[in-house]
Amino acid sequence: MAVYSRKRRIENGVFLALSFGAAALGLVALVFILAALLWNGVAGLKPSVFTQMTPPPGSAGGLLNAIYGSVVMTVLGLAIGAPVGLLAGTYMAEHGRYAKLTVVVRFLNDILLSAPSIIIGLFVYEVVVTRLGHFSGYAGALALAMLVIPVVARTTEDMLLLVPNTLREAASAMGLPRSHVVWKVAYAAARPGIVTGLLLAFARISGETAPLLFTALNNQFWTTDISGPTASLPTVIFQFALSPYKDWQQLAWTGALIITATVLLLSIAARSLGSTRTAK
Amino acid sequence: MTHDAEPVTTAAPPRPAADQDRANKIAVRDLKFFYGDTLALKGVSLNLEANKVTAFIGPSGCGKSTLLRVLNRMYDLYPRQRAEGQVLLDGENILDPKTDLNLLRARIGMVFQKPTPFPMSIYDNIAFGIKLYEKVSKSELDGRVETALKGSALWPEVKDKLGASGLSLSGGQQQRLCIARTVALKPDVILLDEPCSALDPISTARVEELIDELKGQYTIAIVTHNMQQAARCSDYTAFMYLGELVEFADTHHIFTSPTQKQTQQYITGRFG
Repeated sequence: MAVYSRKRRIENGVFLALSFGAAALGLVALVFILAALLWNGVAGLKPSVFTQMTPPPGSAGGLLNAIYGSVVMTVLGLAIGAPVGLLAGTYMAEHGRYAKLTVVVRFLNDILLSAPSIIIGLFVYEVVVTRLGHFSGYAGALALAMLVIPVVARTTEDMLLLVPNTLREAASAMGLPRSHVVWKVAYAAARPGIVTGLLLAFARISGETAPLLFTALNNQFWTTDISGPTASLPTVIFQFALSPYKDWQQLAWTGALIITATVLLLSIAARSLGSTRTAK
Repeated sequence: MTHDAEPVTTAAPPRPAADQDRANKIAVRDLKFFYGDTLALKGVSLNLEANKVTAFIGPSGCGKSTLLRVLNRMYDLYPRQRAEGQVLLDGENILDPKTDLNLLRARIGMVFQKPTPFPMSIYDNIAFGIKLYEKVSKSELDGRVETALKGSALWPEVKDKLGASGLSLSGGQQQRLCIARTVALKPDVILLDEPCSALDPISTARVEELIDELKGQYTIAIVTHNMQQAARCSDYTAFMYLGELVEFADTHHIFTSPTQKQTQQYITGRFG
């Protein structure tokens, strides 16, 4: 008996140490990344970053055109992708729950979810950019939208499937038409989770570089028109960080800090919105 | 497990023939129900008398909840479930594929085992259904919500927090909210599927009182695992076993002198 409990204590200790170590390893890496970003990024955080365009090497400048391009393409990408994802997820969880099509859609959606984003960029390049004959911010937004769709479809489906069937039965039992059962009752129950999914998709595409390289490319100058090549923070970071110029590298650090801070804030917002569910 | 007694469908106690059909709100005729290929109801026939409470008792899996879910065609939500036979509501066969399910379910309300308040305010839980079917002014709607909440004896507890989430109520209150929500639609029939099995004794007593008050205006069918509850609050009792209606008679008769051996064994707790 005593031997037995001693063996168990040792096993317990070993596993506890291992899982603690794994968690610590992940956290330490994260802390190092954030610390490096803060250390190198804050130094370049000046008002000019938000008021001036990306400079040629050796002269002063900012990131305004890249920030603008990123915001516009991300918002547009979400505006195109989110409704498609929401509707697809709703179909899979509600209207087509028992349909064969749902199995196919879910499978394809999972593939799309794990597809490397550069493939999405290449696809949009082939389908849109080669036909237009030039790079375009709209093509970039489209590529981002294609990244949004599977994320939103998946979370929407998952969140709606978490809504207990008894709630749907109760709503149906009152004579509510199917559309009301879904849009008024099931959505009301799943809303925090769905909103979290939207914010996570937003956070994900705001940091994507690969799909934009083939579609929006980049632009050194200020333009509000995104039908031509359009700058974005991730591509500027990519370009500037690889350059040999000190001031470009500094701007890349600062841009990285801006993106990370934005994504972090969005994630926190997503978390707190998601937790209102349990608070109720 | 004994299965020697031949199941006999006993009709409701005799009444003058003239009003017999009118008094029957719902008439179930040779109802068979299938979950895929599994036969869950093996030809059940019985009548639900208007403004009376009919209780369904029997061991788990005997088909009593299934029967209830046929009465408002709840099974239609799921694939591979189907019913055969006839269910006449005021003489009309509701199993007819042409039946408007939403209208049917507005006429036949249902309260479930687990309280199912909608994730919205207490007020909206009740107003929601009314607004769907009727054009009513704000003040009339307020009145209807108040009446429904008073009808389910919930008003004193919630009148100062109608804007609070329905989910913030206790289990017993939630169940009474669900009853209020059902009653607010002014249905003809109310189906109660083990409405008290998740409630404490005090809440159960309140719901039972409520059932007693409601039967003045509604025809009520209640499925229960609690035999005392069936004895306390029903006028008629149906004992079901393995998908068949074994005995159906007035409650007093079932609990004092059942004609079937199985019924007697069940109510005395010898099986089930």
